[in-house]
Amino acid sequence: MSMLLEVNGVSVTFDGFRAINNLSINFAEAELRAIIGPNGAGKTTFMDIVTGKTKPDEGQVIWGDKNTSLLGLSESEIARKGIGRKFQKPSVFEAQTVRQNLAMALKTPRGPFAVLMHKKTKPNAQRIEAVAEQIGLQDSLTRNAGELSHGQKQWLEIGMLLAQEPRLMLVDEPAAGMTPEEREKTTDILKEAAKTRAVVVVEHDMEFVRRLDCKVTVLHEGAVLAEGSLDHVTSNQTVIDVYLGRSHA
Amino acid sequence: MRNSFLAQNPSMLWFIALLAVFTIAVTLLSEVTGVGLISTSFVKTLGKTLCLCLVAIAMDVVWGYCGILSLGHFAFFGIGGYAIGMWLMYARTEGIVLDSLAGQPIPPTPAEISDAIGNQIFGVVGSSEFPMIWAFADNLFVQLVMVVLVPGLLALVFGWLAFRSRVTGVYLSILTQAMTLALALYLFQNDSGLRGNNGLSGLQNIPGFEETSQATISILFFLASAVALAAGYVFFAWIVSGKMGSVVKGIRDNEARVRFLGYHVESYKLFIFTTTAVVAGIAGALYYPQAGIINPGEIAPIASIYLAVWVAIGGRGRLYGAVIGATFVSLLSSWFTGGGAPDINLGFYTVQWTDWWLVLLGLSFVVVTLFFPKGIGGAFDYLVRKPS
Repeated sequence: MSMLLEVNGVSVTFDGFRAINNLSINFAEAELRAIIGPNGAGKTTFMDIVTGKTKPDEGQVIWGDKNTSLLGLSESEIARKGIGRKFQKPSVFEAQTVRQNLAMALKTPRGPFAVLMHKKTKPNAQRIEAVAEQIGLQDSLTRNAGELSHGQKQWLEIGMLLAQEPRLMLVDEPAAGMTPEEREKTTDILKEAAKTRAVVVVEHDMEFVRRLDCKVTVLHEGAVLAEGSLDHVTSNQTVIDVYLGRSHA
Repeated sequence: MRNSFLAQNPSMLWFIALLAVFTIAVTLLSEVTGVGLISTSFVKTLGKTLCLCLVAIAMDVVWGYCGILSLGHFAFFGIGGYAIGMWLMYARTEGIVLDSLAGQPIPPTPAEISDAIGNQIFGVVGSSEFPMIWAFADNLFVQLVMVVLVPGLLALVFGWLAFRSRVTGVYLSILTQAMTLALALYLFQNDSGLRGNNGLSGLQNIPGFEETSQATISILFFLASAVALAAGYVFFAWIVSGKMGSVVKGIRDNEARVRFLGYHVESYKLFIFTTTAVVAGIAGALYYPQAGIINPGEIAPIASIYLAVWVAIGGRGRLYGAVIGATFVSLLSSWFTGGGAPDINLGFYTVQWTDWWLVLLGLSFVVVTLFFPKGIGGAFDYLVRKPS
């Protein structure tokens, strides 16, 4: 079966430090996947490579049915191909309303002149409302994003990803700084999203990963250490050593 | 969607209305109507101020809205002035030369006329040859196209190189300063083809309007400047509203986020940078015929820094803020430096405002930046409560 995203033998070195070391990892369509690993395991660098922010020294990143190489494409081209990314720190446009944030993310032509001539349409307004409902911000559409709580900002950013209609969502620590209730809701949003697209969640928090109830990939020193169900990987002795080793340090 | 554009920009209607009232009032009180309460030279000052407001709103769009602190936009302003100045100077000199040769028994050949004009214009830099760039100086239409084209192309090429390499922040500001400095230094040279440090002069005399009084010409330029400012205001209000405005403000606040949403950030920056450069060129083309003279000192790096200071004092990210800043600071500046402000005698030291004005301006810039980041325009936020 053809994969949505194939990362083959990718390595990247920063000033002699091998952040990613011969990493190979694949994602299928409509898959929910959690990536865990200690600090410095290369989780964020992996996202940087897939989204075009960092160019790897070697290896391949192959996307979609046509097996397009993502290497050499700019961040915006990759985003337009259908890869959405949520940053660790909530990155929403605080000076603008929730509606404006979502409207900017909505899957519409991205060129300057198309945007300049853009007219608000009813279908687009309905799509914005549908996304807002999905992330529980339907009553906050006219509020400035800067006024939202930390959790709501995280949801708004996830909502912006949904509005982009990507085929792959890369989500970096969505539950960081959230209350238990907020975490639960975040899990629901992500699980729902994963029904129609691939969702990859990078997370530290084991409880949160357990609730996602999906396949888990453990990264360590820039390579895949273990892969499988959460119970499977947490019973793996090397994984235990890596985590325990870190917590002792 | 016209209604929603107006609804989003209530300040635009206010601005246009106030500008219209101001324009009509000045015209009625000028020497043209015989009232003469406002002198011709002050009408010129006001007309020039309107042009400065126009370049200030361009600066506000590129800096206040898009977050690109360009410290080179006055170069585009100057280029616009030079482009129109070439025609003004050529056409006027041609008129003078033809008049002086008219009495001769043998009609002068075109080559003789051209030589005589060249001598008149370039004698001051020890030359009489027309440089290449004057090839179309006799054609008003071509020079008007140049007003738009030259700043636009320069901004396009400069911006493409800078934005493509992801030069941002203070590095970009330094690059734009280098650009305007390089241009000024080049123009200072006598063989630059634009009369070196003499610049272009006599621009207040409009060819074809020799019989018209300066009072009338000053009012015509004042009105043209007001119309240009109004048009520029509406144009930029349209650009920074709606979805374009969303993306542009997004680039200012979080460039990476916009990029990962799939927008090609560099194209947007280039669009804003070039558009504002073109408007700056138009503002310059209206300014210098009122000033009467343009020389390379006009586009020295400090001029572009002043532009940023006006926008900061007036209030970034709101078009009327730029207008307030440009009006307030430039009028105050000419009052202080023109000897309008009385010197303060402290007994042991006399504060002469011609020297101390810059210190005062610098201090107010620091105070505004530290304590009133929204500038003077920010005061309107307290007057107008936004319905939430």
